[in-house]
Amino acid sequence: MAPPTSFTITSMTEALTSNFLYIILAIGMASAAGVIGSFAIMRRLALASDPISHVALPGLGIALLLKVNPLVGAAFALITGAILIWQLEKRTGLSTDVLIGVIFSVSLALGSLITPNEELINALLGSYTSVSLTEFIIGLIASALIIGFVLYQKHKLTLASLSPDLAKTSGLDINRLNLYFLLAFVLTMILGLRYLGVLLMGSLIIIPAAVGKNLGRSLNSMLAIGTAAAVLSTGLGLLIAPNFNLKPGPTIIVIAAILFFLSFLLKRKS
Amino acid sequence: MAKILEVENLNVSFDGIKVVEDLNFDVEEGDALTIIGPNGSGKTVLLKTLLGLIPYQGKITWKKDIKMGYLPQVLFLDQSLPLTLREFLMSKINVSKSNPAELEEVLNLVRLSKNSLDTSLGKLSGGQLQRALIAFALIGNPNVLLLDEPTASIDPPSEEQIYETIHNLQDTKNLTVIIVSHDLSLVYRYATKVLCLNKQQICFGPPEETLTTQRLEELYGAPHKFYHHLHDGSTH
Repeated sequence: MAPPTSFTITSMTEALTSNFLYIILAIGMASAAGVIGSFAIMRRLALASDPISHVALPGLGIALLLKVNPLVGAAFALITGAILIWQLEKRTGLSTDVLIGVIFSVSLALGSLITPNEELINALLGSYTSVSLTEFIIGLIASALIIGFVLYQKHKLTLASLSPDLAKTSGLDINRLNLYFLLAFVLTMILGLRYLGVLLMGSLIIIPAAVGKNLGRSLNSMLAIGTAAAVLSTGLGLLIAPNFNLKPGPTIIVIAAILFFLSFLLKRKS
Repeated sequence: MAKILEVENLNVSFDGIKVVEDLNFDVEEGDALTIIGPNGSGKTVLLKTLLGLIPYQGKITWKKDIKMGYLPQVLFLDQSLPLTLREFLMSKINVSKSNPAELEEVLNLVRLSKNSLDTSLGKLSGGQLQRALIAFALIGNPNVLLLDEPTASIDPPSEEQIYETIHNLQDTKNLTVIIVSHDLSLVYRYATKVLCLNKQQICFGPPEETLTTQRLEELYGAPHKFYHHLHDGSTH
């Protein structure tokens, strides 16, 4: 679908109507990113978040070559990546950050070689694509599942993120919880790939949650503010980008970064 | 008194290097066991092994249906994280399926004000955070408290208060306490048993009988000065 070129109320209304499913799904995805992001920050996954999203690219490229839904390929690659990180986390003797840095950067390099050139920029930075009703329903259910999981397991995730030892001695099976969290984390990435691409999806999980961390006075308010910041960045980004012929991913992230900067100033003031 | 913990031929190795070697000791209900030893002697490793956090060889037998509360030596806390004391304690209440009324009860036990409930953990003072961690350990009505240097990095008056609090808890709740500590004067005041550790077990028994000058020299490798306190708190 071609983005509208002039910034008018009519074109905005048209864009809103024709992209209804696209926008609603984006809001669902952004809400999921907001809640999962708070715990990703607590678990110190902020730096790892970007390289993790890169692993989607080889899967996406192979799916495009095989002419199947690219999101299926990306999902396969990301779930494999989540299981890999889960295994790495369990082996405390290994230097996980180095391994993540190497493996996931190689994924980006390989994926860039595999992905057809005409699709590469869209895969990296996100694009406007039509959303089928099936994709819409599956996407919304997945968003609800992620949000439900995080809110339902909030206490367990808090303890496991804060101190694995305290969590274990409180009777938690943190090994299983970590796997579920990482799967929810990559599921959020899969939902956001069409909007933000493999380069920027990790940032939508981290930056709005960092806004929540700057402004929140409790974990609950951090979650609420982080989610609101993710929804606001995504909503505004998708409304503004088509009118200026911009890519949605970078637009959303620039808005999120502005919110982060403002939250940083507000935090310093208070 | 019934045995609550029995340790036989306990060995812990990391990458083939033995960090705890051939330990044998037991703890009875209501005991206050203090584990002492120089830095790097395996005290924290031993405590974590007793908690089931580290793989080991040998035998650790806890009494059936025991509930443990744990105070770690350090909590690597992101100071800017807006996690409130209430949320922190409620997470344990939820995970351990305890009664929410326990929140107020444990606060009173560690003498923390209710006003601090909505303060984020990063903004609590060192002493308050330590009390908060003890409160956390007390949720779920444990029979045994395992405390790793409960007064590390806090000032001496707070240190004294925290030991008083632990001692009072032991009396009021009939707890068994296992403490890693470096403070020998407090060992004399509160411990009923002491385990001297320098990778191997240098001594084990009641402090008055066990902690001879010779043993302490063996443990720390140099003459060691200490104050000998009696259980009533007077000093010799």
